[in-house]
Amino acid sequence: MEQTVGQRGIAREIIFNEMIGPEGAPRSHYVTLSEWLEQQPSRELRRKRTEAESIFRRLGITFAVYGSTDTLERLIPFDLIPRIISAAEWRLLERGIEQRVRALNAFLLDIYNRQEIIRAGRIPADIILRNDAFLPEMIGHRPPLGVFSHIVGTDIVRTGPQDFFVLEDNLRTPSGVSYMLENREAMLHLFPELFARHCVAPVQHYPELLRQTLEAVSPVAPEETTIVVLTPGIHNSAYFEHSFLADQMGVELVEGQDLFVSGGALYMRTTRGPMQVHVVYRRIDDEFLDPLTFRPDSILGVPGLMDLYRAGVVTIVNAPGTGIADDKAIYSWVPEIVEFYTGQKPILQNVPTWRCAEPEALSYVLDHLPELVVKEVHGSGGYGMLVGPTSSKKQIEKFRRILKARPSNYIAQPTLALSACPAFTKSGVAPRHVDLRPFSLVSDRVRIVAGGLTRVALKKGSLVVNSSQGGGTKDTWVLTDE
Amino acid sequence: MLSRVASSLFWMSRYIERAENISRLCEAGFRISLTPKVGGGHKEEWLSTLKSAGVLESYLSIHDEITGETAINFLLFDERNASSVKSCLTSARNNARIVRTKLTRDMWESLNDTWIALQAVSPQSMTNARLPDFLDWVRHRTAQFRGALLGTVLRDEGYYFSQLGAFTERADNTARIVDVKYYLLLPDHQAVGGAIDTYQWETILRAVSAQRSYRHIFHEDYRPWRVAEFLILRPEMPRSLRFCYDWLNVTIDGLIERRHPELSAAELIRSTHQLLKSSQMDDIFQAGLHEFLTDFIDRNNRVTGNLAVDYCFAQAA
Repeated sequence: MEQTVGQRGIAREIIFNEMIGPEGAPRSHYVTLSEWLEQQPSRELRRKRTEAESIFRRLGITFAVYGSTDTLERLIPFDLIPRIISAAEWRLLERGIEQRVRALNAFLLDIYNRQEIIRAGRIPADIILRNDAFLPEMIGHRPPLGVFSHIVGTDIVRTGPQDFFVLEDNLRTPSGVSYMLENREAMLHLFPELFARHCVAPVQHYPELLRQTLEAVSPVAPEETTIVVLTPGIHNSAYFEHSFLADQMGVELVEGQDLFVSGGALYMRTTRGPMQVHVVYRRIDDEFLDPLTFRPDSILGVPGLMDLYRAGVVTIVNAPGTGIADDKAIYSWVPEIVEFYTGQKPILQNVPTWRCAEPEALSYVLDHLPELVVKEVHGSGGYGMLVGPTSSKKQIEKFRRILKARPSNYIAQPTLALSACPAFTKSGVAPRHVDLRPFSLVSDRVRIVAGGLTRVALKKGSLVVNSSQGGGTKDTWVLTDE
Repeated sequence: MLSRVASSLFWMSRYIERAENISRLCEAGFRISLTPKVGGGHKEEWLSTLKSAGVLESYLSIHDEITGETAINFLLFDERNASSVKSCLTSARNNARIVRTKLTRDMWESLNDTWIALQAVSPQSMTNARLPDFLDWVRHRTAQFRGALLGTVLRDEGYYFSQLGAFTERADNTARIVDVKYYLLLPDHQAVGGAIDTYQWETILRAVSAQRSYRHIFHEDYRPWRVAEFLILRPEMPRSLRFCYDWLNVTIDGLIERRHPELSAAELIRSTHQLLKSSQMDDIFQAGLHEFLTDFIDRNNRVTGNLAVDYCFAQAA
C-alpha cells in the first residue's frame, strides 16, 4: 500500500490551532474575531448561548436519536464562535473538492458502463463487483448529464497550514446542509456586528442552487419539471433537514405512500388527483427505493420506481448505486481514481488507510491498535469503531478479537491530530477539535457553496465530532477577498 | 397539495379546536362543582362533563368511580384518552411536524412552544388553586395558534383544509354539549324555572363562552328554548351549528373555486347548511331536540368521511 509509515506519525502531538499561529498571535484572518472575543464578557456569551438554544428549540431544529429513551428529539449543541476560513484556504479546498467530486462521478459512470478502470488494472475488480454497494441493476445506465452523485458532502480535516485530508466522501445522501443554513441564520441574528466587520461569503442561496441542479438533470424542460423530496418520514433522524429543503425549494415533501406508478409515469397523490413527478430527490437508501427491485418488505419506497428510472422517465437524485464510490473499502483507492480520471495528482490528501483485508496491513494494524482508529467498512455515525488512543486495554483486546474474526470488514487509520478552533465551553473559550463538511452540487458544472458544516467535538480532547456521539456544530465563515 | 398533507392540516386544526373545547368544558364542570347547592351533587356534574366531551365510555373503562380529581386528570392529561388536552396538543403537533413546510413560522412556533411548555406541567400539581390558571393558559394558547393561523397563513388550499377541520370539530362539540343537556332544554321544563335551572343554563353558555353574548342578542334572562336557539340556529354566535356551517359552506366554496371539483362532501355541507338555515326552533322541539341533534352529529361525521374520500385522505392515512 502507498501510505507510508512516515505519514503515519502526522504530528499527533502538535495540534494545529486555526486561530492562533505558532508565535501565539492570531492568524491574519482571525485578528478581528480574536479581538472581539477578548472584549466579550463570559456572561454575555452565556446569555447569547441561551438565546441561541431557545432559537433552535423554538424552530424545532432537532434530530432524533436512535435508542435514546429520555427524549426523542434533541438539539445539536451549537457553538457560538464561528470558524473562519481565509479566501486563499478556500480556493485550495474548492479546487480539491471539485477535482475529487468530478473524478468520483466519472468513476461511477465508468464502473456502471465500460469499467475501464478495472480493465486498466488500476483497481481490483473484486473490490467493486463483490461490494454490497455496487448495484448490478445500474449496469449500462447513463443518468442525465452522466451525473450519479449530484449532492456531495466531503468530510475534511486539517492538521497543518496546508494539510487538508479528506476523511470521507459522502455521495449517497449527505446530511447537514440545513444546519449550515440555520447556523448562519442564528449567527446573523445573534451577532450582526461581527458580520459588519467581516466579509463573509453568503450561503443562503444553497436551496436555489439545489433546485437549479435538480432541474438541470430533469428528463423534461426545467419549467415543466415537478420535483419532490422523498423522506422516510417523521422518525428519521434527518427529517428536519428533509422538510427544510423541500420548504426552501418550494417543492413537496413526500413519503413513499404519496407516490405511485401508473401508465409508465410517476405520480403523487394530491387533493386534485394524480400529479406527475419528474425528479425525486430521495433521502432514503437504495435498498428501500423500490420493493419490486430491492427489499420486498420495504414500505418506504415506490413499487415500480426503478423501471421508470431506467427508462429515463424519472431522475433519481442521487442516483442509485452511488454508494459504491463512498464505501470505506473504496476510499483508500480514491487517489488512484482521481489520477485515472483527471490525469492529475490529487489536490486533497487521503488519510493513510490500512485495508485489513490485506494480510500485511492486518498484521500492522494488530500490532499498532492503541494508536489507530479502526472503522467498520460499512459503518457510519461513529458506531462500531475503535479509537485506539482513548480506549482501555480491555476494549482494545475485545476489538482485536472482532477484527481477527472478520478482517475484511475493517479499515484502520492513524488518529489524526485534527485542528482545533476556539469554542465557548463551560470553562470559557478553549480550543476544540473540528472537521468540515462542504457541500457540492453537480450537474453540468460543480458548484460549491462557500462554507459548509463545521462539526466540533465539545468534550475536551475528544476527536469524535458526530452529532450522535455528542458533537456540536458551529457556523463556518469563508472570507472573500475585498 | 398532497392528500396526506391536506389530511394532516385538517386533523391538526381539529385537535387544536378539541383541546380548546375540552378545556372549556372542564372549566364549566369545575365552576359548577364549586357550587354544592346545585342539585345532583358533584358527581352528576362530572358525569355530564365526561359525557359532553364524548369520553364517558373510555373513562369508565379505566375508572370505577367518578370524582372531580380523576375526571379532571382524565380530561386534561391522561394519554390513554385520545381527546385529553395533552393528547390533542401532542397529536396537533405531530400533524404539524409532518406538514412543517405548509405552516408559517408563527404557527409552528405557537404550537411547538405550547407543546414544550405542556411537557413541564405535572398532572399531580393540578390543584384546585392552579386549575383555573391552567385552563386559561390552554385557551390562550389555542387562541394564539388560531390567531397565528388567521394572521399569517396563505389563503391557499391548505388554509381551507385547516378550516374544514376546525369547524367540523367545533360543530360536533357544540352539538354534543347541547345534546347532553337536552333534557334541561325541553319546553316542559319551562315550569321548573328557578335558580338551579338558570344556573345550569348559564353553565351551558359558559362552556361556549357565550353567557354575555346571549344577553346582547336576547335582552332577557336565560330561557331554555332561547339557549337552544342561540347554540343551534343563530348565525351571530361563532360556536353555533349555524355559524359553523355558514363557515364550512364558505370554505368548501373556496376549495371549489381553486379548481377542486364539487364532490360528495360539498353536497353534504350545502344540504346541512340549508337545513340549519331553514329550521325553526319550534319545529325542532316538536320533532324532538335529541333526534335533531343525533341526526346532525351523524351528518357532521359523514362530512369528515366524505372529505376523506373526495380528497383521498384515506389512501394517504
